[in-house]
Amino acid sequence: MAIRVEHEMHDRRRGRNTGVGLILVGFVGIVFALTVVKVLGLGDISQMERFDHVARPQIEPAAIEASEGGAQ
Amino acid sequence: MTEISADDTRLHEPGMGDYFALLKPRVMSLVVFTALAGLVVAPVSMHPIEAAIAILCIAVGAGASGALNMWWDADIDARMRRTAKRPIPSGRVEAGEALAIGLALSGFSVVMLGLAANWLAAAILAFTIFFYAVVYSMWLKRSTPQNIVIGGAAGAFPPLLGWVCATGSMAPEAWLMFGLIFMWTPPHFWALALFVKSDYGDAGVPMLTETNGRRSTRNHVLGYTLALVPVALAIGFTSIGGPLYLAVSAILNIRFLKGAWDIWRRDEGQAEADNYETEKAVFRQSLYYLFLHFGALMLETSLAPFGLGGW
Repeated sequence: MAIRVEHEMHDRRRGRNTGVGLILVGFVGIVFALTVVKVLGLGDISQMERFDHVARPQIEPAAIEASEGGAQ
Repeated sequence: MTEISADDTRLHEPGMGDYFALLKPRVMSLVVFTALAGLVVAPVSMHPIEAAIAILCIAVGAGASGALNMWWDADIDARMRRTAKRPIPSGRVEAGEALAIGLALSGFSVVMLGLAANWLAAAILAFTIFFYAVVYSMWLKRSTPQNIVIGGAAGAFPPLLGWVCATGSMAPEAWLMFGLIFMWTPPHFWALALFVKSDYGDAGVPMLTETNGRRSTRNHVLGYTLALVPVALAIGFTSIGGPLYLAVSAILNIRFLKGAWDIWRRDEGQAEADNYETEKAVFRQSLYYLFLHFGALMLETSLAPFGLGGW
């Protein structure tokens, strides 16, 4: 017969580990949900275009000079 | 050879419930309710997820200050029957763990509230934790019988916090809600102190009933109730009040005043004869008093879209 030592102490440890795990999962969920809400609440995303990392030929110096020359 | 029993480890194996008990869940429930009221009655609405996270942060911040309080007060908790079974004095949680949990949760709750709502709300939450853990627990509680009056401010911040989360600023309405809890705390607590046979004296905590006597405590209950009434009624005339709130508040205040008056005109002989019946009734009434005031405020706001609430 296999020796099996189960003590109340083990239940407490299991409960504690499960609790900490659930809190961490909950925390990740909260941060994710908050991020989604904040990003969706930004409104007109084009207002932030200048600060992103996407190449925008229309704001390169040559394009700006050309557009200014065209305006004169 | 010394035999080591598994039972020896029992004291150092706290369960999740022991850690949860450090956060004073009953106090947290009142904090959640009043913070929610402040948030609901505010003129600016929040996204439901942001609002839920803000309330959670306020609750966790309150729990963190509870853990810090238990860490600091472990010595006096061990000497009083009412608190001797708390996690630290009973040996289930070590004092250092409570300090670590309190500090960690304080940091998390303040930063998360700043991100979810705004940094003014986060600053007020940080101040509230500081006020409860340092000003009340470390300084006032052991030095003055007026500890409950000034320390009560920590419990009065949640509705103001809820309001600031939604609006990003403070307004007279928010301060009046603060004032309602601030002025309510002394008569609520001293009504309890009159009928509970406390051992604060043995623990070295100055309580009004023991430093100034029970006659003086009865005077204080009436005095603070008289000061509470105008604050409670004044809310009814602001933008968050209305006829419903005013009617509820008037009834509650008349009843509460009557209770305080009854406490004031009794002496110890009469109180002992009926086993502190009046004091117990006023204490129970004080719980309903606060719950119904904030409930009426939320109802007033909820009915406003239908043309029924507010002025």
